[in-house]
This record gives sequence, C-alpha cells and structure tokens, in this order.
Amino acid sequence: MTKYTELSLTHRQHSNPEVSFSEKLVKHNGWLVLISLLLALGIWSAVVNWGNLPAFVLPSPSAVWQKFLLSLANGTLIHHTLVTLSEVLLGLFAGSCLATITGYFLARSASLEKILSPFLVASQAVPTVAIAPLLIIWFGSGMSSKVLICALIVFFPVLVNTIIGFRAVPANLKDLMLSLHPNRWQMLKYLEIPSALPILFGGLRIGATLSVIGAVVGEFVGSDQGLGFLINVGRGQYDMPLVFVAIFSLIFLALCLYSIALMAERLSMPWKRHR
Amino acid sequence: MITPSEALLTVDHISMTFTDSREDLDALQDVSFSLSRQEFLSILGPSGSGKSTLIRVIAGLIPATQGSISFCSNRAEPKIGLVFQQANLMPWRNVLQNILLPLEIEGIDHDLAEKKALELVHLVGLEEFIHAWPDELSGGMAQRVAIARALIQDPDLLLLDEPFGSLDALTRERMGVELLRIWQASQKAVILVTHSISESLLLSDRVLVLSSRPGKITTDMTVTLPRPRLEEIRYSDEFIRLERKLRNSLKD
Repeated sequence: MTKYTELSLTHRQHSNPEVSFSEKLVKHNGWLVLISLLLALGIWSAVVNWGNLPAFVLPSPSAVWQKFLLSLANGTLIHHTLVTLSEVLLGLFAGSCLATITGYFLARSASLEKILSPFLVASQAVPTVAIAPLLIIWFGSGMSSKVLICALIVFFPVLVNTIIGFRAVPANLKDLMLSLHPNRWQMLKYLEIPSALPILFGGLRIGATLSVIGAVVGEFVGSDQGLGFLINVGRGQYDMPLVFVAIFSLIFLALCLYSIALMAERLSMPWKRHR
Repeated sequence: MITPSEALLTVDHISMTFTDSREDLDALQDVSFSLSRQEFLSILGPSGSGKSTLIRVIAGLIPATQGSISFCSNRAEPKIGLVFQQANLMPWRNVLQNILLPLEIEGIDHDLAEKKALELVHLVGLEEFIHAWPDELSGGMAQRVAIARALIQDPDLLLLDEPFGSLDALTRERMGVELLRIWQASQKAVILVTHSISESLLLSDRVLVLSSRPGKITTDMTVTLPRPRLEEIRYSDEFIRLERKLRNSLKD
C-alpha cells in the first residue's frame, strides 16, 4: 500500500530569520549582552573620571546607583513609578480598546472610513506634545489628563493596525466560512479575530512604548507626581543622579511592557509557537 | 435521464456575467443539468471555462445573473460540503479543530461532534496527526483534512473545486484513489471540478464538458465503467476508449 507514503511531516525552516536570530542571541549569547552592558558602564565611568565632568553634567554610575538605592529605600521611586505605570496602563487600555472597536467598523465599511479618515489623519497631524498643555488646562494636572494623552497617542497606531489586520483576512478562508453560514459573532470569533491577531498585537506593542512617552510628556507639562515629574524635579535641583534614575526606570518600564505584550502574543497564538 | 422529481439538485438555465467598469465578461451561458442522490458528477473544461464560477453559484457564494438552482432535500436548508483547490485550513486550529469547525458553527454538542470528527479522521487516515497544526502538514494531508471537514456535516452534496489541483502529479493520483475509496464509503452526491480526464473517469458516474468562455455544456457523458472500481480500471480498454472520447470533445 502506498497510502501513507505522503503522510510525512514537512518541517518548515524558520520563516522569520530576524526573530530566530535575536532569540538565539538571548539564548546562547546572554553573556555577550552582559559584557556589552559592563563595557558601556566602564566607558561611562571612564568618561566621568578622566573627563573631569561635574556631577550636574554627567554623574558617575556609582552616584546613580546610590541615588537609586536611596530613592528605592524611602519609597519615592516606587511611588512615582506606580503613578506613571497606572497612567500608561489605563491610557493604553482605553486607547487600544477604542481604537480596536473603531478600527473594526472602519475595516468593514469603506464609506465610513472615507468619512472619518480626514478627521483621523488631522488628529494625527497635531502632535500630542503640542496639545498636552491644553489638555492639562482642561482636565487638570492630575492623572486623568495623562491617561487621556496616553490614550490619544496610542489610538492611531492601534487603529491603523486594526484596520490592516481585519482587511487582511484571507478571502479564501472567508469563502469557506460563508459556506458554513455563520452568524456575525461566529465570523468574528472563528475567523476575523484569530486572523487579525498577529497584526493587532503588533499595534499593541507599538502602543505600549508610545504610551510611556505620552505619560512622560504629560507629566513634563504639568504634574506633581510620576517619573516625568521626577525628571523635572531633578533638573530643577541639578540633581542629575535623580534624573538618570528616573530615565532608567522609564526604560525599564517600557521594556517590561513590551515584553509583556510579546509574551501575551506568544501565549495567545500557540500555532506560531511550535516552530 | 433523471426526472426532476428524483433529482437532488437541478441547475436550470444558469448564466453568469461579471460586469466590470469597462466590459462584461460572460463566464457561463445557459448551463442546465440535474444531479441525482449519490451521483458522482465531474465537470471538465479548459481554464477559464467558468467551472469554478459554476461551483460558487451552486454553493450559494455568488448569485447567478440568470437562471435558478433548486435542491430537493429532506432538510430545510440543504447542506453543502465544499473543498477548494487550496485546503483553506484555519492556521490557528489543529487538524481535529479544523474538522470540527462546521459542527461548532452549527452548535452541535462538543462530545458528539468530536466522536464524529474522529470517525472521519479515521476515514481519511490521519489518526496520528489530529493535534498537528496545518502548516506542519503536506499538501495531500491538508486536502484530506479539508475533505473530512466537508464530510462532517453529513452534507447532501459535496462540491470539490479542483481539490487536487495544487498537488504534485503522483500525490494527485493517489488522492484520486483515496477519494474513490472515501466516496464508496460515504455515498454522497458529488460534483467534482477537474482538469484531469483520467481523474474524472476513475471517479464519476457522469462527466460534463464545459467549453471555454463563455462556459456551455458541450458533452454530457455517462461513464459506463462498473462499480465498485479499483485503480487498475485505468488500464481497461473501456477506460481508454472513454478517455479518448473525452479528450476529443475537449478539443472541439
């Protein structure tokens, strides 16, 4: 019988060499990353030591480290980080939810997109940084104005990705679904969402990093807490170590959010993981 | 000849014109035929003869410009199982989940559905691969999954639109034999669209030949080969005679 001869698994090559390369780097060359970090620290202290730079221009790594331990111990760092984190998360959530829902309807209706797109594009032509002062005046210097700025900055990239994602649903799979007479919800659940998911997550990842920027911009313009506020305070007092601690915290925050989004992406798409 | 009352499907004077902004394209012209229960019908024709259009019209995916399609089924809405040239499996569902999809949409109890799905997995010989993802499958295996998925609703009619068109020649022949076995086990009414004369002869009770654009039925030939058939029937004199006859009618 020749019946089963073709039943052999075809093992695919990695279809995305870029991802597999960076994965390899992290997996097998973790020490390389560590060395490069240490090297950067070394150069930094060398510049400070031999360049005779005053601490209010460039503080030494050890000064920053001490400042970090101090602000961690007295709770300031955690407090301000949590404030920024909540702004970022709330804004990201509100912005991407709204963008995904709007994007879904825009993707379905070409005429709706034609009517709304001039407004959407115009809203993007105005840099969020420029209207941040207005929003602070209108919504106060509390958290709500920052959440709004984050949501605004997140909205557009997530919206665009949502439209692209839902438009890119393969026509042949759509035909197949239609032949099974699904209702609107089943169409969404069995075809449109899983099909758009990779692109939706791409938008979410961009949104996550942008949201951090939005929160800091808002805090710069007017606030009394958050990491952006901390940077402002540090700058005002020529306390450069504090500025550096706040900046590193922001980088850490953005990296964490990005990795969480990446992890959620992997977990929710097991069919992409097996390779 | 089948009287309309016995027919499962009656295709009545179907014409199809695609209207473009610049010109009209006549894909099908006055196509009529009927299909009885358990009949295996093949539609042969050159590329661009509107074969796939005809399948899409019968499946209800696009409305015909003229004419009508009627089903005589005990069910309120006739169930149609579709298999396309591409397997069209959902990449995010494993083999078993893909086969289950039609029943999930229908809202059938999951345990019952799974029992049925496993029977079909057995029928198409994919027991070892029920948890594999579609992109781990070869083309022939993916097409078996698609056939199982089309059969799970126990359809009144199975529409196969060049199901082996994207497979290599050897796999394709083997899949033809597989389909023969599957059909002999399930006894469904089938319409198979194909480019392959020998495939249509091996499988069908009847072969329709469509002319090139606009598609019209030029030949309606009953396949006078005995059933049940085995692959070896390809070498019989009758098979070769019918093959020559079909090849000639495709030339006209």
